[in-house]
Amino acid sequence: MKRKKLFQGEGIVNFSSSLMAIIAGLLFGLIILLISNPSQAWNGFMMIIQGGFTDGISGIGNVLYTATPIIMTGLSVGFAFKTGLFNIGASGQFTMGAFAAVLVGVKMTFLPAGLHWVVALIAAMAAGAVWGFVPGLLKACLNVNEVISSIMMNYIGMYGVNMAIQEFCYDQVKNQSLPVAAGANLPRAGLDKLFPGTNLNTGILIAVIFAVIVYIVLNKTTFGYELKACGQNPSASKYAGINAKRNVILSMVIAGALAGLGGALLYLANSGRYLQVLDVIAAEGFNGIAVALLGLSNPIGILFAGLFIGHITVGGYNMQLFDFVPEVIDMIIAAIIYCGALSLLFKEMIHKFQQKRTKKSAANGKGDK
Amino acid sequence: MREGTKVDYVIEMNHITKQFGDFKANDDITLQVKKGEIHALLGENGAGKSTLMSVLFGLYQPEGGQIKLNGKEVKINNPNDANDLGIGMVHQHFKLVHNFTVLESIVLGRETIRHGFLKMDEARKKIMELSERYKFKIDPDAYISDITVGMQQRVEILKMLYCDNDILIFDEPTAVLTPQEIEELMKVMKQLVEEGKSIIFITHKLNEIKAVANRCTVLRKGRYIGTIDVAETSKEAMSEMMVGRKVSFIVEKGRQKLGDVALEVKDLVMKSKTSGKNAVNHVSFQARKGEILCIAGIDGNGQSELVYGITGMAPLDGGQVFMNGKEITQESIRQKCKDGMAHIPEDRHKDGLVLDFTLQENLVLQTYYEKRFQSHGFIRFDKIHTYAEELIKQFDIRSSQGAVSQARGMSGGNQQKAIIARELDRNPEVVVAVQPVRGLDVGAIEYIHKQLVRQRDEGKAVLLVSLELDEVMNVSDRILVMYEGEIVADVVPGEVTVEELGLYMAGAKRSVGNEA
Repeated sequence: MKRKKLFQGEGIVNFSSSLMAIIAGLLFGLIILLISNPSQAWNGFMMIIQGGFTDGISGIGNVLYTATPIIMTGLSVGFAFKTGLFNIGASGQFTMGAFAAVLVGVKMTFLPAGLHWVVALIAAMAAGAVWGFVPGLLKACLNVNEVISSIMMNYIGMYGVNMAIQEFCYDQVKNQSLPVAAGANLPRAGLDKLFPGTNLNTGILIAVIFAVIVYIVLNKTTFGYELKACGQNPSASKYAGINAKRNVILSMVIAGALAGLGGALLYLANSGRYLQVLDVIAAEGFNGIAVALLGLSNPIGILFAGLFIGHITVGGYNMQLFDFVPEVIDMIIAAIIYCGALSLLFKEMIHKFQQKRTKKSAANGKGDK
Repeated sequence: MREGTKVDYVIEMNHITKQFGDFKANDDITLQVKKGEIHALLGENGAGKSTLMSVLFGLYQPEGGQIKLNGKEVKINNPNDANDLGIGMVHQHFKLVHNFTVLESIVLGRETIRHGFLKMDEARKKIMELSERYKFKIDPDAYISDITVGMQQRVEILKMLYCDNDILIFDEPTAVLTPQEIEELMKVMKQLVEEGKSIIFITHKLNEIKAVANRCTVLRKGRYIGTIDVAETSKEAMSEMMVGRKVSFIVEKGRQKLGDVALEVKDLVMKSKTSGKNAVNHVSFQARKGEILCIAGIDGNGQSELVYGITGMAPLDGGQVFMNGKEITQESIRQKCKDGMAHIPEDRHKDGLVLDFTLQENLVLQTYYEKRFQSHGFIRFDKIHTYAEELIKQFDIRSSQGAVSQARGMSGGNQQKAIIARELDRNPEVVVAVQPVRGLDVGAIEYIHKQLVRQRDEGKAVLLVSLELDEVMNVSDRILVMYEGEIVADVVPGEVTVEELGLYMAGAKRSVGNEA
């Protein structure tokens, strides 16, 4: 009886619609593989499916490491989305956060080791928050569409950070940022021993904690209630005396802070990744949109969506063994999101299926009596 | 039609059953429409009228029953099938494209084409002929967004006629119209049946059924109650069939105990958003405790703007508002709320409810932050739930899943009840109610009027904005008539006739001058 209720819950319907989107996206990926190299297609496809599991424990560690930043950007996009805002500026906020964290990591060496990384994380959140604040302010006070202003902020962030790296913490030989002090790296807390051969650190734990915090804020607090009211019906929230302007700004600030923290978690991992001086907008921001959509903007859903995208991304790297380019993964992710947009259709199908089942079981029940 | 032992029906819907989950929206309903009649479909909100029509129109597939057209059984799988069978529908909420012209809207889906290009000449000719025949005075090149709601409805009607539909469904067509427009619509409907068309007229307004319908099928809570001859049945009998109990049309009011001024508006000015004129032009009035003050007038004469100004939904362009002697002009909406202003908004979907929230979340829309519902920023869902259950019981709000039903899935009447429960339970000083019974059935109307009168009897001031003369005359203690943003009359219901009121509303008469 209980199992049946679970099956009929709205949550499970949402979950299965996402699952169907994933399956459809993967099938699409298989077709692409078949077109590009039929003989190896199946092996390559299995690599994607196995993802991190191919390399055993270290592979799983890599999945967690890859998932960490996109979980944070996913939370950022999802959080803003609950307030009715489309934060396409997660990339810029992510870059700003990453830079702030690296800068603190390189320059503020006077801080004791235990405190250094904490300060770096806080700086990252502050920088991301500022980058979210600007579009939020423009939206609230001047009704400037946040999509446009946050796209602009992406470019300002990217070029600004490129300039700032060259100014403050430049490694000229490698055209990238200087390595941060050892104390600024996130503690590993034994995770590297648990997952040997990986760059795993407490970053993933921080991401999980933030997913839970975001969930609690959205669902259990008056603040979350206000944010959702503003997102779902701005007129009614105005009517109810909710300060919509303040909430729009706050929502963007928090979204920015989440994305900024994502930047810090990636670049303070002592993984050999440095901020590159490249004219490319951080992909993590856009992957965050994908993660948020796949997770249906639910923080816990985003957590798992991030892990899944991390999983197949690692699978994509492994796939190079079979002469495939890892970009195939990007196409598969795109296809999954595309199918995710059809989630309404999937939902409808699931509802139909449920109805049939209940009808059948009702008929069976009659038969028993 | 020949009169014989067997009556010919254009449409027969026999024993229709339609289920949504465990909920039977239609339970063994039979509807038989004769050719050339106006057949009213009467029922409260949520009685299953719209579901039944959606079945006829092919939007839903019934679980049981059959549909016969001219005696032959038909299967209607989608609205296109319905259209091919000559069934057309004017929906309650029009389905028009706003940036299309009238002509484009009418031919949409049935464009005449030559060599792949649109060929509008014939369509235009046919539409103009139709428009002429029914005296629609329609401008084929006007944009939908620029024409009035009444005109939009005519476009919808023309659309059905353009497709040569013979069976016309009107889903609550009068809900959005002014009294004059309603009268014209009735004439058109009569003309249509004279020309041999058949009309199914969905409504819960008994006056309109009396005025135009030949026969009437009554539904209650998804069940078929009966089909009656309108001419032989009294309004009281029909409403009893519909609601299942006797309904009083007269609003009972206690003796008036007038108190101090509760709400005062001084020289209020609101600029119009669309034209340079003042939508509210230097309006001043006082509402006292223990009175229902009614703002009457034809829609669009500044009533909405006036309410927006008083409640703080839009900034004022001049003037002051006082409540119990305290100036509240510049106060935030929340502060006004705390001071005791209740606002039953005109548009319950846009302003009154967050439709994707649950009923209980909607019931605390203005009070969620109060100590009783939160501790340290965390919402106390258990308290909200108990509170909601209480209101649901007290105000008889019906929904499929009680306190946790989504507001979107509730019927209009129950949505309105939820708003009223929320507003009145705050124990307000001043109640501003804008068309609180719009689109509701007699049972709900009676209930809501009772609630408003109770507020008055308890010594609150009620500001009621209404477009319906019945409501104005029955409920109010004093009437202010608004015309073009100004108050043109200040009268008492017993001392004024409906005709006189009509003259004031149309701007033909004026008893109150501009206050200089």
